[in-house]
Amino acid sequence: MSSILSVRKSVVVATTSERAFRVFTEGIDTWWPREHHIGASPLKRAVLEPHAGGRWYAVSEDGSECDTGKVLTWDPPRRLVLGWQITSQWKFDPSFLTEVEVTFTPQGPKRTRVELEHRNLDRFGIEAAELRKSIDSAGGWGELLQSFATVASRAAETQ
Amino acid sequence: MTNAVHGFAALGDPTRRVIFERLSRRPMSVGKLASGLTVTRPAVSQHLKVLRDAGLVAERTEGTKHVYRLDPRGVLAMQAYLDRFWNRALAAFAAAANEENDP
Repeated sequence: MSSILSVRKSVVVATTSERAFRVFTEGIDTWWPREHHIGASPLKRAVLEPHAGGRWYAVSEDGSECDTGKVLTWDPPRRLVLGWQITSQWKFDPSFLTEVEVTFTPQGPKRTRVELEHRNLDRFGIEAAELRKSIDSAGGWGELLQSFATVASRAAETQ
Repeated sequence: MTNAVHGFAALGDPTRRVIFERLSRRPMSVGKLASGLTVTRPAVSQHLKVLRDAGLVAERTEGTKHVYRLDPRGVLAMQAYLDRFWNRALAAFAAAANEENDP
């Protein structure tokens, strides 16, 4: 079943696919955005356990752990599939699953194209009704909606 | 919770899933949706009502036409957020990967 909605990104890095894979996985703490954290206290460390079935989680300053998801496919140094299991209500839910596939393709001795697809985003739609409640509450997703409005109007113009 | 379960059920129907997919590409009127499907226009309207009640699609009136789109506050808001998130994350990843180049 192909995904209805996804986000696709790619970047070229000046290193081997082996190292790129390692930085992405074992080195996730060196690059994972700090501001993306659903725990109550600030993010101390991001962790991706290096094997299929491994946990993908964050450790907060207060020592508590927040799951992001899990490793679905571990195929170094070419391919990685992660399960992103944070709902649109910013809660980890083991029964909720969207996939993040990352491929590492060598383009030279020290050049690797890294492509990322976060797919099954339509599954967030299942929670749309619930989400509306949090949006309608004060202070909720204001900035996000504003940026969505920009995207949506741009999409509308190109029709 | 009831609504979330409702949403699940709404997408469980194959016709509604096709409608949902088509609306994920662009907003459409009932007539336009019906012209590409084997079901009747009243049936499409009925499916749209279910999707709307589940919070999956939203409706807007343009003149005499009812135009449907995915409820932007749900799915597309997440897509926009994740698009920006992965931009930031991959830029940081590339910086880390390039930096660690020399053992």
